Amino acid sequence: MDLSMKVLVVDDFATMRRILKNVLRQIGFTKIIEADDGSTALAVLKNDNVDLILSDWNMPKLSGLELLKAIRSDESMKDLPFLMVTAEGQKDSVIRAVQAGVSNYIVKPFTADTIKEKLEQIFDK
Amino acid sequence: MDAKFINPFINATLNVLGTMASTKAEAGKPYLKKDHVASGDVSGVIGLIGKVKGTVSVSFTEKSILAIVSNMLGEEMKELNEEIKDAVGEITNMISGQARQELEDLGRSLQAAIPSVIMGKDHTITHVTSYPVMAVPFSTSNGQFTIEVCFEQ
Repeated sequence: MDLSMKVLVVDDFATMRRILKNVLRQIGFTKIIEADDGSTALAVLKNDNVDLILSDWNMPKLSGLELLKAIRSDESMKDLPFLMVTAEGQKDSVIRAVQAGVSNYIVKPFTADTIKEKLEQIFDK
Repeated sequence: MDAKFINPFINATLNVLGTMASTKAEAGKPYLKKDHVASGDVSGVIGLIGKVKGTVSVSFTEKSILAIVSNMLGEEMKELNEEIKDAVGEITNMISGQARQELEDLGRSLQAAIPSVIMGKDHTITHVTSYPVMAVPFSTSNGQFTIEVCFEQ
């Protein structure tokens, strides 16, 4: 896993963005940017070269699932690694995310080790 | 309300605070709540919708939530402010998510709304139904908090 990648953290709760940024820094990432919902994330993606997304599901305006679908249907971003980090752990939610092309899925609450493990699974495939 | 539906919320609360805030909490005896006054200084409330409607709330004393959020963020929080409100919203969200996962295994599938957070001494919590409210007190080394669960049946 290349720690020089630029990571975009998307969550409507500032607390969760801070926690995820702390965890990513702990893993060794240094280039971390953030967005507070899916539509803001799409605007960021148009102007910035992002290598990896960690996104919440339930957000106002554009949800994480809608963001994922928008990315997968855009030729220039369709292969972007996308880790869903969400409180939605019900089976139907996981299936919908997989069908939409999520790279990996974490149910909150999580530990730093879980985030690291799920990221390694994405990049070691 | 069937008492077995309270356990997923107790388990979720212990798991969320243990995992995200390294906080060991101990659940006390559940009781039937008679009024709407919150037992804490800041509360998160979230509506749950499925075959039946319900509400879950988590109400923290100032001392308990300052310690919990300090642990979550790795920096000392000194007062109830917007950062604490935001954190309580996310904690409520995670507890609801974890509990809904366990409730699904009990055959009760629920969707959650976006949580709202209320702050201030003696604020009230309005549950979406007029059915009885079950409360569970929790103790931590930094004080108390309470969860309340209300379902239509």
